[in-house]
Amino acid sequence: MRITREEVEHVAHLARLHLEPDEIEAYTRQLGEILDYIAELQELDTSDIEPTSHALEVTNAFREDATAQSLPNEKALENGPQTEDGAFVVPRII
Amino acid sequence: MDDLTKLSLAETSELLARREISAREVAAAYLDRIEAVDPKVKAYINVNRDLALTMADEADRRLGSGQAGPLTGAPIGIKDVICIQGVPTTCGSRMLENFVPPYDATVIKKLKEAGAVFLGKLNMDEFAMGSSTENSAFHPTFNPWDLSRIPGGSSGGSAAAVAARTCVASLGSDTGGSIRQPASHCGVVGMKPTYGRVSRFGLVAFASSLDQIGPLTRDVRDCAMLMEAICGHDPSDSTSAPREAEPFTSSLEGPVNGIKVGVPREYFADGLSQEVAQAVNRALDTLRELGCELVEVELPHTKYAVATYYIIAPAEASSNLSRYDGVKYGFRAGEYEDLMDMYKKTRSQGFGAEVKRRIMIGTYALSSGFYDAYYRKASQVRTLIKQDFLRAFEKCDVIAGPVAPTTAFKIGEKASDPLQMYLSDIFTIPVNLAGVPGLSVPCGVDKDNLPVGLQLVSNYFREDILLKVAYNFERARGPMPDWPEP
Repeated sequence: MRITREEVEHVAHLARLHLEPDEIEAYTRQLGEILDYIAELQELDTSDIEPTSHALEVTNAFREDATAQSLPNEKALENGPQTEDGAFVVPRII
Repeated sequence: MDDLTKLSLAETSELLARREISAREVAAAYLDRIEAVDPKVKAYINVNRDLALTMADEADRRLGSGQAGPLTGAPIGIKDVICIQGVPTTCGSRMLENFVPPYDATVIKKLKEAGAVFLGKLNMDEFAMGSSTENSAFHPTFNPWDLSRIPGGSSGGSAAAVAARTCVASLGSDTGGSIRQPASHCGVVGMKPTYGRVSRFGLVAFASSLDQIGPLTRDVRDCAMLMEAICGHDPSDSTSAPREAEPFTSSLEGPVNGIKVGVPREYFADGLSQEVAQAVNRALDTLRELGCELVEVELPHTKYAVATYYIIAPAEASSNLSRYDGVKYGFRAGEYEDLMDMYKKTRSQGFGAEVKRRIMIGTYALSSGFYDAYYRKASQVRTLIKQDFLRAFEKCDVIAGPVAPTTAFKIGEKASDPLQMYLSDIFTIPVNLAGVPGLSVPCGVDKDNLPVGLQLVSNYFREDILLKVAYNFERARGPMPDWPEP
């Protein structure tokens, strides 16, 4: 199972990655090899097998719905690349 | 004492408690050792001299007032994927080069409460993705046993620093072998606890259903000491198991005769180097001489583990790493046209090649039309791999085998072939997929005098038996051979 150049470009867009032409070429080849390798799973019959998304049997972890201390606004903004008036600044959206 | 860095954590702790040495002296000895040796090994991304000495002075006050514990004054190195408030945490990535966490990870909080001293942050493959530490955005780390070789990864800095004696012990993280494989390659002890044993709060996420924090140490007793300090339930991590830490150090001693050690034939198949096989087989003989009963077990789905992992881990990573968008923290590209362009340029310039490759695999596997064929299929095979372990543990208490198929390879040897690099984790990945605990303990060297690790795996939450068998093995093994220290 191979992946096409167009598919690589589409996936890069979904992942919000800008790839240069040489990267697209390299990833098309490497992802193809990795997908070929992964395809060996198809030889296993798993039709009656429940999927495992978590190694341990877990249920929802509940807690009291009580207020607790959270990160103050200025601390939360400290690492922002661009901030103003207690908010993150992003390029114009609308 | 001529060189304080030659002492184990337990020995250091004892001398500190008896006030024969001070925490400041210990910290200073390690800082000097870092200055002398780290330019060659390059295990550290950042060394915090002032912070270390301040923490050491605080430890001395506690030691003086009788409020000290076993870790008070112990100089520890921390993998740079774990948040320390006010200390840069880069994850080995340009993306987080200037990130300074506003809070402590739970394991950091616990170590601070125990009075440990933080020497600095240790190098790693970017976002913990890799098996050689060559994927760090800053510099590679070199194996202290042979500087032309990789230390393993992704916790390569954590393993190399313990081996080079530039910290007494360290913390790493293990998603597919990232503690055990570098521990094996650097001749130190490394443990991945049961999934949920140790809080992941403040550990920068890679693959959340697989990630675990664990110790890398000089010997098994030191490993048990750190485990006691970092385990326990944490309300801030909803996947944290409701179990408190156990007194692991007090259950190390005592006989191991009658303990059943399972040997999976799948771990001795093609691809395992002759010399690793010999060293591991000698270790199995030692276990037998100690009175353990060796039994054959089967882990028939082992050969599917790497393929399963390379769907599940990238899928989770592609989701976890979507948070790096140039808005809330981390790198933002300098020039862009609009919001979409800002996202794409930020992520393309901030992430390295391997991280982008895994984001691409994960995004593809989760994309519309492919979910059932990839992610769902892999999650079903994960069930089969987990069942393999549960069946094996009906016949044995501990599974023993190699950690990695070879000893440390040369720098650059596998850098251009991602699939070959992935296959070096074939024996460690199944343990993460099942969520059981695993430990690497040195068991000898190959003809190039490179260390080999014995992997021990136990059932869920049976770290006690793992540590006990490893401790007894280590004593029977005797000291590891001399090597040309850097």
